[in-house]
Amino acid sequence: MNIEVNNKIFEAKAGETILDVMNRNGIKVPTLCHMKNYFPSGACRMCVVEHENTGRLVTSCSYPVEEGMKVKTHTTRVIEARKMIVELLLSNHPDDCLYCVRNGNCTLQDLAVEHHVTERRVSGVKNNFNKDLSSPSITRDPDKCILCGRCVRVCEEVMGVSAIDYINRGSKTLIGTSFNKGLNTSSCVNCGQCIMVCPTGALSEKCHLNEIQMALNNPSKKVVIQYAPAISVSLAEEFGMEPGRDVNGIMNAALRKIGFDYVFDTSFSADLTIMEESAELIHRITNNGPLPLITSCCPAWVKYAEEFSVDFLPNVSSCKSPQQMLGAIIKSYFAEKIATKPEDIYSVSIMPCTAKKFEAQREDMTHQGITDVDAVMTTRELAQLIRLYGVDMHNIDPEMTDSPHGIRSSAGKLFGGSGGVMEAALRTAYFKLTGKELTEFKIHAVRGLTGRKETQIRIGDLQLGIAVVSGLQNAKILLDEIRDGRNDIHFIEIMACPGGCIAGGGQHIGADESAIMSRLKSLYDIDDRDSIKVSHKNPEVIELYEKFLGEPLGHKSHDLLHTEYKKRDVPL
Amino acid sequence: MKKGIAEILEARGDAKRDSLIPILQEIQENEGFLSQRAIAEVGRRLGIPTSKIYGVATFYNQFRFEPKGKYHIQVCRGTACHVLGSATVLDKLEKLLKAKAGQTTRDGMFSIEVVACIGACGLAPVININGNFHAKVTEQSLVEIIENLKNKEV
Ligand code: SF4
Ligand code: SF4
Ligand code: FES
Repeated sequence: MNIEVNNKIFEAKAGETILDVMNRNGIKVPTLCHMKNYFPSGACRMCVVEHENTGRLVTSCSYPVEEGMKVKTHTTRVIEARKMIVELLLSNHPDDCLYCVRNGNCTLQDLAVEHHVTERRVSGVKNNFNKDLSSPSITRDPDKCILCGRCVRVCEEVMGVSAIDYINRGSKTLIGTSFNKGLNTSSCVNCGQCIMVCPTGALSEKCHLNEIQMALNNPSKKVVIQYAPAISVSLAEEFGMEPGRDVNGIMNAALRKIGFDYVFDTSFSADLTIMEESAELIHRITNNGPLPLITSCCPAWVKYAEEFSVDFLPNVSSCKSPQQMLGAIIKSYFAEKIATKPEDIYSVSIMPCTAKKFEAQREDMTHQGITDVDAVMTTRELAQLIRLYGVDMHNIDPEMTDSPHGIRSSAGKLFGGSGGVMEAALRTAYFKLTGKELTEFKIHAVRGLTGRKETQIRIGDLQLGIAVVSGLQNAKILLDEIRDGRNDIHFIEIMACPGGCIAGGGQHIGADESAIMSRLKSLYDIDDRDSIKVSHKNPEVIELYEKFLGEPLGHKSHDLLHTEYKKRDVPL
Repeated sequence: MKKGIAEILEARGDAKRDSLIPILQEIQENEGFLSQRAIAEVGRRLGIPTSKIYGVATFYNQFRFEPKGKYHIQVCRGTACHVLGSATVLDKLEKLLKAKAGQTTRDGMFSIEVVACIGACGLAPVININGNFHAKVTEQSLVEIIENLKNKEV
């Protein structure tokens, strides 16, 4: 069918919305509540256009195309209506943009600029809700919330958690948890996906920068930093470079300039995780389970399991995540090596993730009363720190990481994307079971951003069913199938964030799907380029086992690198 | 006879999410309020997250989430009472008791509920404490009413 937009004819398919057609043809109208690939909610009315056949203003994000329909997108009436919506949204807004984390990256600010809002024509009573600072990961400021509902929808539809929803009605409406208690006592899994879709500063990560700066300024502390596999391919966007560019060397240099004493790579401990987890997989296969084994790298998934999937807790790998493994090694093996007391080490990590902040403060993530990791910053906070210390990312020479925890295999690097843990684990499990390396390392079936991937793999005379899911709603669907009797799956990778850590809740806000794809591609390129493609060939990992740990699943590993999980009592 | 939550849910064996509100009403009738336990129980039975149930319940004024106090004070916010200053009465009451509408004081003594017209417009502004109507309430008389009740307790 054809529809007419601004006097031009465009082709349209039944079932599409006006917005779909406009997007395809480069016609831009502002949207707020709309999210790609979600069912439209029509909550904000920002996207209104004039429906000439009826003379009405309709929301283009939810209005289906009709044969012979004529639409105008920027008539005076439309522009006035949109401007009024912006002005009403601003009328009870706290107006503290200059002190806001999202200053300069805020959809509401952009809309005010776009609609030339230069004076206050409507002034409303300001909200005066309490901030929710209870969560170790997420900070909520309901005063800045414009009630678009995007966070509610991600939490429900992508995460299957529904920790938050609308509370009250009318001018008292706010978004909060059940019983309007703090997020820390709710079912929130700290994934931070709600932050990623929030158009304003109502949601942000709990910031650790002050603590980190204090440690940097403390002469009696050795400040050690590690960064997750996804960081080096995501940071570029924060500095206006092209998405996916690998800035690993530049980042190492920047971290030294800021004052970190040792720069380590979490991909190293991703390799370590693979040594432990593949041993665990083989152990479970040869000892009758429990199977499927489910990965435990993602703390959002782990918390989800402790709340919603308690029946699967025995299946979750006992391995700590790479962040925590490296944290534990830094304060034991490494501390000994540099003859420093673990208390005098301040261990920081950079993660694409807000749930890692929660993970770092879990009680089981300590060893003899000492925390494995002391502070966690997101990719966004790292960018902030780099700016704060005046490091020019465009004019600095790349540097190497430090030994003994700076070398990684490309398998460890793959952890950054959905399917990466699986691919790395299978490469090593194959070697351990057959004594031979895979002839083709790439396992295409588990690559890409798709939320659910499954395949069967042959290792010697073993037939292994594997599944990779991201987005906890997808995990729920898979686990339900297993509850209903499926038994052909032996190993599952679960990541909370859709596409894995490259799309984590601590990443650059405003990245689109193509930017995320570029990050993933960058990881694959590294894997193509690098010479060490399997975790068990990482020389520093081999050395760590020889000099310190002994065997995977051995006594020391058990003590430092493994943990256990328990049911959490929260309102579901 | 008071019915327990389990009993209420049992009686509605195959209830779906569209019977959420009647179920909540019945629970409140029996228990006096919606406890966290009750909401969690209903959520489990109907397959609705507690955040959603709480969201729906707070949309309506009729639901309360704390047990009533020994003295349950209903403040009429109907039109006649509004015209004669019930907003000031409510405000004063909330300040006096340090509790908001829908809440119960920490000592469990008083609870406040806002109600629409209770059909006593001639007495406006009117409040109803455990079935006793207090007519033409002013800030001053309100202080006395509360003081009297408190004195009765010591
Ligand atoms: S952090 Fe994740 S689980 Fe928590 S409220 Fe946000 S989207 Fe929901
Ligand atoms: S998928 Fe990655 S970024 Fe997202 S919560 Fe899990 S570990 Fe964090
Ligand atoms: S974007 Fe269409 S109504 Fe919000």
